[in-house]
Amino acid sequence: MSAPAPTPPSTSPSTSPLLSVQGVRKAFGTNVVLDGVDLDVDAHRCVVLIGASGSGKSTLLRTVDLLEDVDDGVILLDGEDITDPRRDADAVRARMGMVFQAFNLFPHMRVLDNVTLASRLVHRVPRREAQERAHAMLERVGLGARADAFPDELSGGQQQRVAIARALVTSPRLMLLDEVTSALDPELVGEVLDLLGELKAEGMTMVVATHEMGFARHVADEVCYLHAGTVHERGTPEQVLGDPQQPRTREFLRRIIEAGRA
Amino acid sequence: MTGWTPSPRQQDRLAYRRRQARRSVGVALASTVAVAGLAVLALTSSPGWPRVRASFFDPDVALASLPRVLEGLWLNVRVMAVAAVVILVVALALAIARTLRGPVFFPLRAAAAAYVDVFRGLPLILVLLLVGFGLPGLRLQGIPSSAVVLGGLALVLTYSAYVAEVFRAGIESVHPSQVAAARSLGLSRSQAMRTVVLPQAVRRVVPALLNDLVALQKDSGLISILGAIDAVRAAQIQTSQYANFTPYVVAGVLFVLLTIPLTRFTDALARRGGWAGATGGLAGAGALR
Repeated sequence: MSAPAPTPPSTSPSTSPLLSVQGVRKAFGTNVVLDGVDLDVDAHRCVVLIGASGSGKSTLLRTVDLLEDVDDGVILLDGEDITDPRRDADAVRARMGMVFQAFNLFPHMRVLDNVTLASRLVHRVPRREAQERAHAMLERVGLGARADAFPDELSGGQQQRVAIARALVTSPRLMLLDEVTSALDPELVGEVLDLLGELKAEGMTMVVATHEMGFARHVADEVCYLHAGTVHERGTPEQVLGDPQQPRTREFLRRIIEAGRA
Repeated sequence: MTGWTPSPRQQDRLAYRRRQARRSVGVALASTVAVAGLAVLALTSSPGWPRVRASFFDPDVALASLPRVLEGLWLNVRVMAVAAVVILVVALALAIARTLRGPVFFPLRAAAAAYVDVFRGLPLILVLLLVGFGLPGLRLQGIPSSAVVLGGLALVLTYSAYVAEVFRAGIESVHPSQVAAARSLGLSRSQAMRTVVLPQAVRRVVPALLNDLVALQKDSGLISILGAIDAVRAAQIQTSQYANFTPYVVAGVLFVLLTIPLTRFTDALARRGGWAGATGGLAGAGALR
């Protein structure tokens, strides 16, 4: 990791964004995936990242969750520089929830244990209370009856809802969702997107990488089109999806529509 | 689903499969008898067979030597059982030591790597001789002198290195996305290792571990070279007593009988591909036509 940039004096707390990504750069070998990304996310807002595969959506989410070290740039969470290597990365991750494309549930644990793991180990919640919270959260995602199942006994959509419950149960400041419907059969996409829509309505702050343009149109406050490691175009869904200004954005959306995903 | 009777087409298929199954059994039986018969014929018609039969397959000697050899085998079983437990603990510690990060753990990491390199490369028989005759030679206080303990120690030293590599392979087989998921929840590296990686890794390597256990079972016979009276040593004594090699054959048969249940269990487990929820994609490849 490069030397941390001195933490810029953040503006007054009332106006500072919950998450601020500033000039973040990340390369894997010679492959530059993020080439100076800037992104601000205010509390209770939902920012949707769109772009072709390889445009850096996943990598951006992974750097925010500190699963990848940045090569340069700063990421602020609540005004604190979380890319500072002196900061306790585990504690930072514990304040965010991440959901992955392939669910990544722990296959050797029952659904309930998947959902209570972080509460018990990281947040030191007593077992009984952790289980009560997990049960409530599973009810919330419509899987109260499947608490004792193993992940491979569930459908893809159910597994992804468990993964969302697992990330939500510790009340994160921010949810990072990485193409969470891309591995699902088409008829199961709706149940997961509906759940995300409800989360947004409840005021959760979310950064969502997705190919679901319908979701972007209806739920996003802001849409960012990523191309070649930068935010190529950004704006409201109406602007970016309805009237894109950049030729590359138009080309991307045209291909998406041709593929029947809009 | 009541009231369903197989269609004539399905009945025809079932009848055909039954006929095929009966035929298969018949063919297998006939070919087995033929091959076994030929093997026996070749053996018994060899010019030296009467002599070999008398000195290796003497039923009277076999019966007479059985109790002593069995007694020795009981020692093998005990050595094996104790060694297996110690090996599992030591090997797991070695495998985990090699995954530790951070400069503080460098000596531990390096020591574990060096240990595995050395004891995987050394022939077991050399380790047995060095430990069995070298260690007591130091005349240090507290070093055991019993051949059984020293032999067990040599087995532990060698097998820990092998089993550590099995565990390490298991740890590395757990997909990085599992670690990412655990860390994203705020779990530390060691918490992720303990609760997410190791449980999956251990389940996956159980068939390989059982395989090493079978090898350990028969290699426990090597402690006889230190003078421990195990099945092999007992057979050796009986052999010189009767001037007949049959006790060796008895010991061999007993070792095979001892390992068969374990190998069958291992095969069954490998077929099942682990426990519920921990399948590594092994299960489900049924036989196709």
